[in-house]
Amino acid sequence: MTTAALITIIITHTIVISTCTYFFIKVLRTPLKPEDEETPEEK
Amino acid sequence: MSNNEAWGSRVGLILAMAGNAVGLGNFLRFPAQAVSNGGGAFIIPYLVCFLLMGIPLLLIEWSSGRYGGKFGHHSTPFILDSMDRRRFWKYLGVFGIFTNLAVAAYYCYIESWTMSYVYHSLAGTFDSMSQSDVAVFFNNYLNVNTSTTGLPYEAVIFYVFCLLLNTWILSKGLKGVERAAKIGMPLLILFGIILAVRGLTLGTSAASEEFPNADAMAGLNYLWEPQFDSLSNPTVWLNAAGQIFFTLSVGMGTVHCYAAYVRSKQDVALNAMSAGWMNEFVEVVLGSLIVVPIAAGYLGLDWIKENAGFGMAFKTMPYLFEQWGPFLSAFAGMMWFGLLFFAGITSSLAMGTPWQGFMRDEFNWSREKSAWSFGAMVFVLGIPTVLVYQVLPGGSIDQIVFDEYDNWAGTVSLFVFALAETILFAWVFGMEKGWKEINEGADIRIPKIYKYIIKFVTPVLLLAVFLGSLFKPLKNDWQSALSGLFSGQGWTLDNSSVIKQLFVSDLREKIANATDAAEKLRLEEKLVYTACARTLLLMVFMGVCFLVYKAYLKRKSNNPSA
Repeated sequence: MTTAALITIIITHTIVISTCTYFFIKVLRTPLKPEDEETPEEK
Repeated sequence: MSNNEAWGSRVGLILAMAGNAVGLGNFLRFPAQAVSNGGGAFIIPYLVCFLLMGIPLLLIEWSSGRYGGKFGHHSTPFILDSMDRRRFWKYLGVFGIFTNLAVAAYYCYIESWTMSYVYHSLAGTFDSMSQSDVAVFFNNYLNVNTSTTGLPYEAVIFYVFCLLLNTWILSKGLKGVERAAKIGMPLLILFGIILAVRGLTLGTSAASEEFPNADAMAGLNYLWEPQFDSLSNPTVWLNAAGQIFFTLSVGMGTVHCYAAYVRSKQDVALNAMSAGWMNEFVEVVLGSLIVVPIAAGYLGLDWIKENAGFGMAFKTMPYLFEQWGPFLSAFAGMMWFGLLFFAGITSSLAMGTPWQGFMRDEFNWSREKSAWSFGAMVFVLGIPTVLVYQVLPGGSIDQIVFDEYDNWAGTVSLFVFALAETILFAWVFGMEKGWKEINEGADIRIPKIYKYIIKFVTPVLLLAVFLGSLFKPLKNDWQSALSGLFSGQGWTLDNSSVIKQLFVSDLREKIANATDAAEKLRLEEKLVYTACARTLLLMVFMGVCFLVYKAYLKRKSNNPSA
């Protein structure tokens, strides 16, 4: 495998895997807010 | 009967939303696009388009959906109506129901192939078949008159079974969809990782006398070697924008519908990012590590260059798995087609929810009634995609109705709707209100630059892609077409451009040039089937418009000030 291809794979996969993991962990760690059952006036 | 369902958990919502986006294209379309658009360099326009078009569209659809949900709307006609008083928005919102009905009709058919191939992999049907035998098997499967298992109309049976399964899950409501996503998505990722590890470790071990240069790493290298000169080619950018658009399942109304069930104070910004990036993980990481490396490992790079495409999933992969021995091939086939099945069903379930939301909100239908009516309509629309085809010389199948649905409902309609909703959100509803809506309850801070990207960049990009497909030049060669235009040679449209397709130019040309009487007759029959398929689509669109009108009258009689 050429160095250029290897570098592209490493950079791309690092960006995608780390960003996906970051957001997913943030979702798991953030609790849901308390409910508000009010229905607003339309328009 | 009130439609006050809500998601059971945040993870369930994100997995369902990611499942909606993850489809067969992640594993089959992305690698083929990357290979033919600059290899590793393709990732640059791809990620740029994700940031400038994909993320903005996700934010628009998630926040519009939650906004409509606050008023009790769970489908695009009245979600769009809640954002602006002018009547025509609700009729533009019809696309968000129509598209799903028409796409589900043929998408469930593809899904049923994966279901059937799981069965055939486990039953050992492909054992000792040659590569061409596997390809012939697929053609025979689509040709419903030829039985592959001894079961008459096997394709029809699997299609009906697949549709029944979808409908049954939908009849359980959001809980059913959430449970399917919670089972399907982790399994999809697990199967994908196992197959990707195999693709990465295959190396040259599978080289044979017939393919002495077979090397999985050469396949990976071919896919990822950046050809930076391709970045100056507008076609590559248009293809990257198209890939981002289709992979995220935006412009369909499904994201709106799912988001409409998010409680009014809950976050949409982090959820949108999380689901969007999960789709990217499946596409970029898993999608690039399975088909191309494994096929290159057995058949060599030259074979890939000539044959890379959608058909590889069914016509080639079973043969490649066969080389792993009877037990492992059954296991690998089950994982590969199981993975595609989960990718498919999590998307097709999303397609059922806008119709259900609409009928429950507007006509007080029950969850079950709305689900079974969806199943019945998809069956009526979908059975022509299974039964109307032509066997071409050489045995391959021309799926006429299937292709028409895919083109008009699965491609053109999505762009029209996405462009309309972006204009509505950024320019009519107003970017100030829109930005407030995106950030309400947000668990992350979206960079303020997105306010301007959504208002100016995303609509321009969408318009460029839409005009690009409308006026696609001959052989999709934009460089030559633009230089030809500026040197006064005019603009020649490709037969695959939307304008030419509208007039069925390609088929008409073929009919005019056909010399063989039998071939001419076949083409003329195809023209008739094409017209029938379009009429059917038009009838569905008009039918949904009528229902929206009835719902509007009903609302007006209940509340004259509405």
